[in-house]
Amino acid sequence: MVAELWPGVPAAWSRRIRVPSTAAADPAGSRHNWHLLDNGEELAARGLDPVGTLLCVHGNPTWSYLWRSLLAAGSSGQSAPWRVIAVDQLDMGFSARTRVIRRLEDRITDLGDLTGALGLSGPVVTVGHDWGGIISLGWATRHREQLAGVVLTNTAVHPAGHPLPAPLQLALHPAVHRWGTTTSDAFVRVTHALARPALAREVRAAFRAPYRGAARRAGVGNFVADIPAGESHPSWPALARVAEDIRDLEVPALLLWGPEDPVFSDRYLRDLMDRLPHADVHRFEGAGHLLPEDVDVAGPVFSWLGSRGGANPDAAADGLPRPAAVEAEAFVPMLAELDGRRQDSSPAVVDMAPRVPDGAVPGPVTLTWAELAQRVDRLAAGLSGIGVKAGDRVSLLVPPGIDLTCLAYACLRIGAVIVVADTGLGTKGLSRAIRGAGPDWLVGVERALAAARLFGWPGVRISATELGSTVRRLYGVAHTVPELEADRPPGPDAGAERLSRPTADPDADAAVLFTSGSTGPAKGVVYTHRQLAAMRDTLKQTYGLKAGTALVAGFAPFALLGPALGATSATPDMDVTAPRTLSAAALADAAAAVGATAVFASPAALANVLATAGTLQAGQRDAFAGVELLLSAGAPIPEPLLAQVQDLLPAASLHTPYGMTEALPVTDISLEQIRAAGTGNGVCVGTAVAGARVAVAALRPDGSVADEASAEPGVTGEILVSAPHVKDRYDRLWITQEHSASLPGWHRTGDVGHLDAEGRLWVEGRLGHILTTADGVRTPVAAEQLAATADGAGRAAVVGIGPAGAQVAVAVLETVPPAKSAGPAPQELAQAVRSAVLNGADLELAAVLTVKDLPTDIRHNSKIDRTELAVWAAEVLAGGKAKRP
Amino acid sequence: MSLQVLVTGASGLLGGAVARLLADKGHRVRTFQRRHTAGGPGLEVLSGTVTDPAAVRAAVEGADAVIHLAAKVSFTGGWDEFAAVNIGGTRNLLDAARAAGARDFVFVSSPSVAHFGHALAGEGAGRADPQRARGNYARSKAAAELIALAADAPSFRVAAVRPHVVWGPGDTQLVERVVKRAAAGRLPLLDHGAALIDTTYIDNAAAAIVRALERMDQARGQALVVTNGQPRPVGELLAGICTAAGVRPPSWSVPGWLARGAGSVVEKAWLVAGARGWVRDEPPMTRFLAEQLSTAHWFDQRQTRQVLDWVPEVGLDEGLKRLAAYYGGGPAR
Repeated sequence: MVAELWPGVPAAWSRRIRVPSTAAADPAGSRHNWHLLDNGEELAARGLDPVGTLLCVHGNPTWSYLWRSLLAAGSSGQSAPWRVIAVDQLDMGFSARTRVIRRLEDRITDLGDLTGALGLSGPVVTVGHDWGGIISLGWATRHREQLAGVVLTNTAVHPAGHPLPAPLQLALHPAVHRWGTTTSDAFVRVTHALARPALAREVRAAFRAPYRGAARRAGVGNFVADIPAGESHPSWPALARVAEDIRDLEVPALLLWGPEDPVFSDRYLRDLMDRLPHADVHRFEGAGHLLPEDVDVAGPVFSWLGSRGGANPDAAADGLPRPAAVEAEAFVPMLAELDGRRQDSSPAVVDMAPRVPDGAVPGPVTLTWAELAQRVDRLAAGLSGIGVKAGDRVSLLVPPGIDLTCLAYACLRIGAVIVVADTGLGTKGLSRAIRGAGPDWLVGVERALAAARLFGWPGVRISATELGSTVRRLYGVAHTVPELEADRPPGPDAGAERLSRPTADPDADAAVLFTSGSTGPAKGVVYTHRQLAAMRDTLKQTYGLKAGTALVAGFAPFALLGPALGATSATPDMDVTAPRTLSAAALADAAAAVGATAVFASPAALANVLATAGTLQAGQRDAFAGVELLLSAGAPIPEPLLAQVQDLLPAASLHTPYGMTEALPVTDISLEQIRAAGTGNGVCVGTAVAGARVAVAALRPDGSVADEASAEPGVTGEILVSAPHVKDRYDRLWITQEHSASLPGWHRTGDVGHLDAEGRLWVEGRLGHILTTADGVRTPVAAEQLAATADGAGRAAVVGIGPAGAQVAVAVLETVPPAKSAGPAPQELAQAVRSAVLNGADLELAAVLTVKDLPTDIRHNSKIDRTELAVWAAEVLAGGKAKRP
Repeated sequence: MSLQVLVTGASGLLGGAVARLLADKGHRVRTFQRRHTAGGPGLEVLSGTVTDPAAVRAAVEGADAVIHLAAKVSFTGGWDEFAAVNIGGTRNLLDAARAAGARDFVFVSSPSVAHFGHALAGEGAGRADPQRARGNYARSKAAAELIALAADAPSFRVAAVRPHVVWGPGDTQLVERVVKRAAAGRLPLLDHGAALIDTTYIDNAAAAIVRALERMDQARGQALVVTNGQPRPVGELLAGICTAAGVRPPSWSVPGWLARGAGSVVEKAWLVAGARGWVRDEPPMTRFLAEQLSTAHWFDQRQTRQVLDWVPEVGLDEGLKRLAAYYGGGPAR
């Protein structure tokens, strides 16, 4: 047993060193006693030769204790060894109390004095938290010859044009400052209380250990007083210099952030990203200021150190499926079709129920290709005019329809990045998504502007409509869309204007979309212009969409694609973010308006169309006669439902593509093909779409995933996709991105399934939902489909409960009619479900439970949260005394 | 190879099954129990109690192996009685068997020796703990198991097998009580009978015990929980048993906490009443029983099946079918 000084800190790490000071604050010849944590001796004792040194600088009022997990990881031997030195700054932690006011410049000098005295040679990566961030960066900019990288967590290098955060203003207020920071330990306590979840008692005690007694806390107060609130502050010049000097740091940078920080909020992260544009960024949704206490930072830091210095992974060995080749085809911009039809007076977009500001009679609004092109140009010019530039993020909080289409293409035109978050994420999810993406501009309808004010979303406010001056002030609206359009009337000379139209860099960011958030917080997904164009081309090729296609878009993402496809598109009278509001009549009217040849609708929308089909007039039914293609994506559709749709759309080929926000679409299957595939282990989703490849990474018996791609039929594994239209990356989620791309060339989907001998993909569930039983790994989907066939059963979820490797399977059902209370299913139903699953999938169910509703995501109402269900089922089946005492 | 095997406690359901299975496999079997029971082909019957060292010495005479099932099994009773039979009896048998030159000793135990009142969901065997086990039976068996496993040596191999909730045709411990109470309308479900419980069909329990004897090289020094590996909500199990026996399954539910509390009271009252000779039967509800019926008990069987190189042969459904046949025909509805 290693003797510990504090929880997690072996005595051998703690050391003291006397360092001559060259800081201006000290009289000449001063020497100070420093305390630090250093795993150097431990490395030597284990015979490990460090790759370099992590120099870790804490903030106020913590101390080197904050970095203990990095020290442990540095000498664990699990990754390349690093020496980790975590310092206690002077007047802080267990270092000397110097009795002088140390300013930022002094502290940067102090750190240099220390590393000089330590004789630190070889590559150094600085690590900083809170105000230790800028001090570490000050050291970094002055030791460039040995600097190998910078890591920053919840810090700031500049006020970034904003007043100090309120909590710090309070701490600095003359009436509060001395008492709050020094006389009492309020500042210390409050800071330590920011941990999420709360710190263990002994950890909290360790953090407070060096700050017992007012005399020990003088540094805490002085540190707060040294925060440069304005240009007149003595530390301002030092701050400004570091903030500027880091702009030309070329070493790798890693920014790890806890967004729930009342002081160092996302705006400081954005400022740092602006200064270090090459930085890898990960925001830990839900984590806060004391990030190293809230989440594991050591794991990501060391894997980052490895990946940034490591060799490129080898190409796939012979015989293994290779990812799709990225062909250097000529890039055709998303606006190409639009630009080619500037003189076309046929309809481009039809909005069946446009937003009506003043209670005017609603009715379809049509823009011709010429009008659409002009409006996009006007908006692009207007946006440029107010300062929106290439690379700026623009959050579009406008319902699908003509306005959204025009705004989106105007942004693409000028290279601004569209951020498309929809209300299907729920209010909380939407708020997290927008904060996470951190838009520079926010265009919204009034409801969105009100929410933006309420939740403090970032971005210069642009109202989609004219607003009265009071409301405008209330929401802090700087511009309106009508103003943007009025400012720049289109020039009469179309030819000259075309010359002035910039073309976006194909490999620059074009859009940020969001996952549905059914498994944890919604993730931002970044597409480049090239990848968006590839998505368009894949749809074109797979479904034969071409100029002359007239489509009705009852599914939000597709509403935006019409102009890029060169297809006339109509938005039906519905709330596109609530698919179940699409009626058969609304669909028919939209189809009639454009002479529809294609219909895009989500499964939930289709279900409602069928439910309301009885109200259709004969003329309305005729509008469907010309429909040749139906696409329904978002969730698998049962064959009987599709058969009913076929009755309604007799001439249409019905397709249900499989895909995800990160790759739309991946595979495709038609009704005929669904019938031909029959039943099997999972849902058959067909073969890869044009340009895409699909493989699996096999599941091992313990539920882990092999690290090579396989196309062998019948092997169940994590589904891998490779295609030119796969996302560029997850947004500000470096760890997630690294994981998703850990098999070079492939995107790991997190879904599990297998390929059959005909190359068809069968989806068997989510990786997080597999069951690890004593008989091996099992996937839920096939069993769920069988369970749902029992008399009286509705939707079903099959989950594993118990320890990994020894789990038993439990079915949780909705029933028809719905169960009044949750619990064990009636004997007869349980027997029916059990034998259906045993006979069909050879899976023995330990229990069958019924619930009123299965928990699902908001966007699709189809993705069942099996993780939550498994926890609940385990509690119910543990009996009355489920929890250990 | 034919062995001379002593089986203690062979008057019980499980002991009888073990003795018959051994005889069927061609071993020479001597049984030892308090009550006189019928012999059979290949069975030599001795009467006596394990608390009597002389009787025990006579019983182990010439035995190559001992399977020790004899125990005081009850939900209630005084500690001294449990200690004398379950701990003292085991000690007597260990001493005598070793002295008589027996090579192997299988101690039949119970998962309750490592159950401390909370739910067990997919756990391994766990170490027996006489301090924390619940009730006198479990505590005394825990102490005995520790003593038995401590005696394991290359020349005297000891393994412990812990079958969980053994049932089958002719079972008086579980099946008869359930059926009797259900018939009288006195069988409630606790917490709607949701607690997941794994049980062991009698033939499987007997097979696992005999298998342990055959795999002493792998099993020695270990405690192995044996079940069917088919956990079910307790309500479904009780319903299955009732249906097989032709009585109406329980349909009313009592909160588990209430039953556990009431069980404690009844248990104490019954002890007092029993001491004064007012009652002879087991009490209708004890805290131990309430815990058994309202908390999950199912186990990770991977270790057991690997060590024994064995899987249960009779599934739950087949077991219920055989039970129904025993009660005279198909399941009543």
